[in-house]
Amino acid sequence: MTTLILMVVSLYGVFEWVPTEEDQGIVQRIFYFHVPCAWVAFAAFGIVAIAGMFYLWLKDQIWDDLGYAAAEIGMVFCTLVLITGSLWAKPIWGTWWTWDSRLTTTFILWLLYGGYLMLRAMADDTPQVARFGAVIGIFAALDVPVVVLSVRLWRTIHPAVLITRTGEHGLQDMRMVVTLLVSLTAFTALFGWLLMLRFQQLRSRSRLSTIRRDVALIEAAAGDY
Amino acid sequence: MEHFDYLFAAYTIIFVVIFAYVVFIWRRQARLETEIRAMEERLKSLKTAPPSAGRAKSAAEN
Repeated sequence: MTTLILMVVSLYGVFEWVPTEEDQGIVQRIFYFHVPCAWVAFAAFGIVAIAGMFYLWLKDQIWDDLGYAAAEIGMVFCTLVLITGSLWAKPIWGTWWTWDSRLTTTFILWLLYGGYLMLRAMADDTPQVARFGAVIGIFAALDVPVVVLSVRLWRTIHPAVLITRTGEHGLQDMRMVVTLLVSLTAFTALFGWLLMLRFQQLRSRSRLSTIRRDVALIEAAAGDY
Repeated sequence: MEHFDYLFAAYTIIFVVIFAYVVFIWRRQARLETEIRAMEERLKSLKTAPPSAGRAKSAAEN
């Protein structure tokens, strides 16, 4: 419910309250949901890496379930970042896609976690697959700081809006900052809710596997006698 | 209102994708719960089943 209210408030901010950016016009308003999508994707991939480390250390299934849930949600939001970025790029840059450093590193991030999810979907739920998943999840998360720093490390046409290359923040009006903060809060709440839903579901799946194993053991033992 | 179509498309896609993902989670959860209930029933019936299953139960517990 809180998430829904925050979403409605942020939509009001984006479409009614915030002033239109002078250079780009109305299409700049994609920014207020594009950046929160990127934030959620990065936070999710960070959780995958942390959960992966805990899984490798403690070998507890709960960490594998958390990492898997976060990776899936991160992938959804990373896909949204690429789509909304493309829709923003077309009217501003005149192209849907360019092999710019920010775009390319984000696409690599998407491919890495795509590989992680393919591994999880195609292989059986064994501790070995969970270990591989944890390692891939940790390795792939190393791309997150590269994506964030790409606008500073290489020449790029992607704007550095939150903190410009000269170190100032690039939002011209206080209402833009407030709208972005409300959107970031709304998306963080949405992420928390989705993560809880998916994590609980993966816990249920683990429970089902345990019950299935018990049933199979009893049936096998009954067959032996 | 130049480029409003791009803005509209971006926000529509965001909400459609998130909504589809939530529906996907809910449907999968419903299926899982049905499966868990069925397996629990099966487990219960196996545990309460006659003689040989009694020994089988202890085998499973081991």
